[in-house]
Amino acid sequence: MVTVDGSAGAEALIRVRNLDKTYRRGGHDIHVLQGLNLNVGEGEFVAFMGPSGSGKTTLLNLLGGLDLPSAGSVTVSGDEITRLSGRRLAAWRARHVGFIFQMYNLVPVLTAFQNVELPLLLTHLPKAERRRHAETALDLVGLVDRMDHYPRQLSGGQEQRVAIARALVADPTFLLCDEPTGDLDRASADEVLNLLDQLSGNYGKTILMVTHDPRAAERAGVVLHLEKGLLIEGGAAERA
Amino acid sequence: MKFLPLILANLRRKKTRTVLTLGSFAVALFLFGLLATIQTAFNQGVEVAGVDRLVVRNKVSLIMPLPYAYRDRIAQIPGVRLVSFANWFGGYYQDPKNFFPQFAIETDTWHRMYPEFKIPSKEWADFVADREGCIIGRSTAEKYNFKIGDRVPIIASIWGGVWEFNVRGIYEGSRQEDDTTQFWFHWKYLEERRQYGKGTVGWYMVKVDDPDDAPRVARVIDHKFANSPWETSAESERAFAAGFVKQMGNIQLLILSIGGVVFFTLLLVTGNTMAMSVRERTGELAVLKALGFSDGRVLGLILAEACTYALVGGGFGLAAAKLLTLRGDPTGFLPVFYLAPEKMALGLLAAAVVGVASGIIPAVIAMRLKIVEALRRV
Repeated sequence: MVTVDGSAGAEALIRVRNLDKTYRRGGHDIHVLQGLNLNVGEGEFVAFMGPSGSGKTTLLNLLGGLDLPSAGSVTVSGDEITRLSGRRLAAWRARHVGFIFQMYNLVPVLTAFQNVELPLLLTHLPKAERRRHAETALDLVGLVDRMDHYPRQLSGGQEQRVAIARALVADPTFLLCDEPTGDLDRASADEVLNLLDQLSGNYGKTILMVTHDPRAAERAGVVLHLEKGLLIEGGAAERA
Repeated sequence: MKFLPLILANLRRKKTRTVLTLGSFAVALFLFGLLATIQTAFNQGVEVAGVDRLVVRNKVSLIMPLPYAYRDRIAQIPGVRLVSFANWFGGYYQDPKNFFPQFAIETDTWHRMYPEFKIPSKEWADFVADREGCIIGRSTAEKYNFKIGDRVPIIASIWGGVWEFNVRGIYEGSRQEDDTTQFWFHWKYLEERRQYGKGTVGWYMVKVDDPDDAPRVARVIDHKFANSPWETSAESERAFAAGFVKQMGNIQLLILSIGGVVFFTLLLVTGNTMAMSVRERTGELAVLKALGFSDGRVLGLILAEACTYALVGGGFGLAAAKLLTLRGDPTGFLPVFYLAPEKMALGLLAAAVVGVASGIIPAVIAMRLKIVEALRRV
């Protein structure tokens, strides 16, 4: 269930209330988000669309605990993350959020396996367990045979699949995808979208995706438009 | 340990820069190792000085002698257990550059005065029985390939002529820092052959019953010979050795100054390297933070990188210095030439401190990085 009207949403995995984000640029206040409300239920696949500068990425950053709002609250699984200290917020991100970026953001000096293993270094898993988890994640994205390759030895689509494996490996509560297909050709983009589809459909992962691409948005169960700092429900897309 | 691959991977990012930075640490710590070795050599006398031994010299100067007759008078002082004496000979072997310290010693007491020097009983007995005999330290014997039974000519700069000696024994030190460059022969042989200065000795060594009583005994000795033509200056062997080093200038200050400049330069070089390294991967650090790496962990990773440079590079430098010292003193003038393990540990500690100091500012910058702003720079 996804709502943007500020209704109670007691069952929601993610609850956003009266979220404001204001930047100060050149002596002027820029109100990016204004009193935004959102409820996202577990297992939903939500796409955020909107023109450049509408605040999509800002919203994603606030949902992922990468930035703090000017006002309002973000609550995930009962934790109001906007009240957490820096150290606890970092630990919360490690446990609950899987990030997928437009530019993949893999560490170039680490192999695919080592990149995927990175989030697990923050857990207490022993080495053998970390290896097993990382291999499983790479298997899921179909790249277990490329695990010893460095990012420069992979195509853009493969890099993004490694990034998806990295986002998944610690089994986070939800995935945040910022233009995951924005830097890919059509075929690679389809591969990535198929993967997200699979994660949502088969594994019930909660996915929140920012995109400009209508074909990507079509894969989501719910498409929300961000305009003038507010979310507008754009209707449910048919699942592929 | 689980973060080690990440740290090492970052060091491989710019191989040339890494090699140069490691090289800077290696060169600096190599120099530190050599300076520490030289300092040990200069302070050797201080470090091995016996706590129960006094040195009694002429109050005017060490080069002025004392009467031989003082021996019995010193021995009578309560608290004195043993008295021995020696003379500086100041000769050389074949060429003035072949220098090693030669002492004319009193054979009756020397061995008991310096039990730290180990000589087989038979060799000592052979030496005592041969008026022209000599005992040579292991390092000098090896350097000039002297063997027992050899006849060694020493050209006497002070006393004149060529003096020939029979090698009767080789002594060893019981500790690594013991001086094994010395050459000992009979004072009686010196007394017989020299044309002037007869009836005098260079200085006395006095062993006391109780080390705590040494200052009193020193005062009594000096008082006994006060207002005589041959006034004495008695002091502990440690103070005597320290004063001897001081005559050559403030070696400690010189070494500290050179070392300080080297480490400060290293700090600047490594600080610049770490700053560049952090600046280049601002986006990656932001990604690590987004994945859940805390500010403290990011700080720790950067400092660990800086310390890895320091410890790996420094380790190579110290190992090279150690290898060099194992080949022996290239100058031939130093009583000992070795790099002590504690000095190596001190060098590594200093390198680690420089590593942390050089990494602290970039690490704090990385720690304070705002994720959202940094991700925009990717």
